[in-house]
Amino acid sequence: MQPKQSIAATDKDVKIVSLISVGKHPQSGRVRRADQDSRAVELGMKLLDTGDSTRGDSLVVLHAGDPKEPGLRGYAGMGLNSVRVLELDPAADAVAPLGEYLQQFAPDIVLTGVRAEGGESSGMVPYQLAEKLGWPIVPRVADIISVEAGVAEVLQALPRGQRRSLKIRLPFIASIDSAAQDARQSAYGPASRAMMDIEVVDSSTDQLRESWSEAPAKKRPKRLKVIKAKTAAERFKAATAKSQGEGGKVMQNESAAEQAQAIFDLLLEEGVLR
Amino acid sequence: MIFEWLHPFLIVTALVLMVIGAVRRVNLWRAGQSDQIDLIAGLMAMPGRYLHDLHDIVERDKYMSKTHAATGGGFVLSAVLIILVHLLGIDSQILAWALMASLALMFVGALFVFKRRLNPPSRISKGPWMRLPKSLLAFAGAFFVLTLPAAGVLPEGTGGVLLTLVLTGLIIWGMGELFFGMTWGGPMKHAFAGALHLAFHRRQDRFGAGRSTGLKPVDLSLAHEVGGVLGVAKPTDFKWNQLLGFDACVQCGKCEAVCPAFAAGQPLNPKKLIQDMVVGLAGGTDANYAGSAYPGKDVGNAKGGPNQIITEGLLDPETLWSCTTCRACVEECPMMIEHVDAIVDMRRYLTMEKGQTPNKGAEVLDNIIATDNPNGYAPASRTNWAADQNLPLMRDVKEAQVLFWVSDGAFDMRSQRILRAFVKLMKAANVDFAVLGDEELDCGDVARRLGDDATFQSLATRNLAVLSQYKFSKIVTTDPHAYHCLRNEYNDFGSDALNGVEVLHHTSFLNELVQQGSLKLNNFTGGKVTYHDPCYLGRYNGEYEAPRELLRSMGIEIAEMERSGFRSRCCGGGGGAPITDIPGERRIADMRMEDVNTTGAELVAVGCQQCTAMLEGVVEPRPQVKDIAEILVDQLAEELH
Repeated sequence: MQPKQSIAATDKDVKIVSLISVGKHPQSGRVRRADQDSRAVELGMKLLDTGDSTRGDSLVVLHAGDPKEPGLRGYAGMGLNSVRVLELDPAADAVAPLGEYLQQFAPDIVLTGVRAEGGESSGMVPYQLAEKLGWPIVPRVADIISVEAGVAEVLQALPRGQRRSLKIRLPFIASIDSAAQDARQSAYGPASRAMMDIEVVDSSTDQLRESWSEAPAKKRPKRLKVIKAKTAAERFKAATAKSQGEGGKVMQNESAAEQAQAIFDLLLEEGVLR
Repeated sequence: MIFEWLHPFLIVTALVLMVIGAVRRVNLWRAGQSDQIDLIAGLMAMPGRYLHDLHDIVERDKYMSKTHAATGGGFVLSAVLIILVHLLGIDSQILAWALMASLALMFVGALFVFKRRLNPPSRISKGPWMRLPKSLLAFAGAFFVLTLPAAGVLPEGTGGVLLTLVLTGLIIWGMGELFFGMTWGGPMKHAFAGALHLAFHRRQDRFGAGRSTGLKPVDLSLAHEVGGVLGVAKPTDFKWNQLLGFDACVQCGKCEAVCPAFAAGQPLNPKKLIQDMVVGLAGGTDANYAGSAYPGKDVGNAKGGPNQIITEGLLDPETLWSCTTCRACVEECPMMIEHVDAIVDMRRYLTMEKGQTPNKGAEVLDNIIATDNPNGYAPASRTNWAADQNLPLMRDVKEAQVLFWVSDGAFDMRSQRILRAFVKLMKAANVDFAVLGDEELDCGDVARRLGDDATFQSLATRNLAVLSQYKFSKIVTTDPHAYHCLRNEYNDFGSDALNGVEVLHHTSFLNELVQQGSLKLNNFTGGKVTYHDPCYLGRYNGEYEAPRELLRSMGIEIAEMERSGFRSRCCGGGGGAPITDIPGERRIADMRMEDVNTTGAELVAVGCQQCTAMLEGVVEPRPQVKDIAEILVDQLAEELH
């Protein structure tokens, strides 16, 4: 049993923004609501559903792009009255206008998917936004358990169904993992009726991107797995046990400066920083 | 007789109250949505419809048809004559004798109603309905005695105060039931509402031995209106003549007796559903309902009103999702009520407004929207099954005598065996045919039965656009659901792609080939065979004979099940029921297999891939399940050259 979500009554009204993009069905390539983004909307709607009508919590579902895009209707059909759209050329860079909008709107929680289903699909948007806003980012969130006294308790999805519980001070950005709860059904009536709340914004064309050509991603060939396990118990262990990272060290008692130095050294060593 | 003025006064009172009740009842119906019906033509046709269409259905139960003819006919005649003799006081011995004769007829009929109610089957409602035969006897008996003086049998003024009081009491009771109760909601309401229902029926094509089974399309422009509602949320969202239809119910429970979901212990009882709709249109609770409940649910908790959301208090959505849309209830209903229309109307609201299609419903609908097939396979893989079949594509040939509509069976390995068998038979008969290949889309049947009419309409218009590019004189399909959609439901979308095109089920088409001698068959020697009628082939399209003739042409003597032909029991696979999967106590497919087992058949012949899947899902040991095309292909006589 998962614990029920709660936003504590003592907390001030919580403002949530779910960022949505236009998804692409993996089999047909047809436009749809993106899987992870719709989970982000679902989580936002669930957090709002506190059963306490005196609270003024709000959810804004935000898209940067073309407001006439039919893919957005899929989100609206989840029961949204409106979708806020920052109108810009879908090929333009969305990060700058999104960042400005969020800075002004000052939400407490921003929910996004891990990566888009089309376009660059680099998964960088949440990170770039976090950098711009100076907020922490929690990647691959499966659930938000509670928001209390300005601190959110978050469950992060780890491989093999494991979860890590984190406490994060508001405001923050969370990218929603595919392990989060399925999005509710999208219904045709509300989808057609929802308002597109349009705001025209300045955007700069993504010069680099213009020179790219897009092609469907190909699955990388998989390395053949040699099964070494001799018994069922070993196979079971191989399939379920948490893979233990090789090397590395746990630094718990050292000073923050020492810990930072160790991370810095590692990044240099791995060639992330030069 | 004393108090000469009393009885005419009572008759007038009862008639006035009846008229007031009628106006009130009509206003309840008028709260529904408008529908294009020719009122005058309907009223003119009504007596004929009563005597033919309705009576033909009642006639299946000879006891009841004779009883009803005597009681109902006697009553109508008596009512007219009572007004002439006792109210207008026309002094004619002939009229009085005629009245006595008709009352006697009614009395005899009522005795048979009474006899039937002594030990009533569980399907019929009790409560006020148990009172009805006694009321009929009171009415007929009292007026008979009252008419004796007018007929000259007894001198005027016979009888004392006591007799007058007793007679008056009986007359008040009788008229209370038969005049007052007719429009104020008693059991006799069925006569008033039923007559008008026959006149203003939403499916006028059903009369005169016609057939009208295609669902009516939803006006999708409502989706863009503020305050618009897709489907039926509240009783007033039904068409007015649907509300009228609910009121016509006689609670005979014929629907309940044939409903596969009810028999499986799923929470659906078509009779209770219609009664709940009556509660909804009139307002109130179901506390007075005196028939079988929805299995697993108690009576008395349902509350509703004309402007209250039906699925919030009146009806559990599970009831709606239990229906397999097999139309067995509609076929049995002597009042020609349309249960399935009402159920799908309410499903439409749940799916298109609330987004509450249960279990796998949402996933299947999402798949259909994104990939045009219910399982989310790549649209470009639709023809993979026929990689070795060398099928001509319409895209290449543009024209063929027969268009073979493959259906979503293309994605299912079991159904592919049926498709291959059918292709082999067509090739053996040198049929000039072609397929649409990847241009074919899901026919929309499942989406529509799950209430997503928007997706159905999108699929239908896109399919029609593809079809309109090519020339063919026949469409043949092995899937009765696609057959039904193409034949009966694609006509509402303003396309002429199917004008002049004959839509055929493969059994009808194969039967033509065999009768023409294009297919030579060996005799079947595989033991006893029975045939299961698919709902969408039989009840929806009236094709009972072609599959049987095909089987007979292989020398098979069909061991018929008790429930076959128009009474065939559903396999449980229709209406998206396997997708919404509402729990019950038994599985419908298991019950159908028991029907098969009682015939002792070793093979059950089927004409539908959905039925094949459902029946083959029954645990072994059980008889083999084969599509007729598969049986035929095994008996195909090899020609020697």
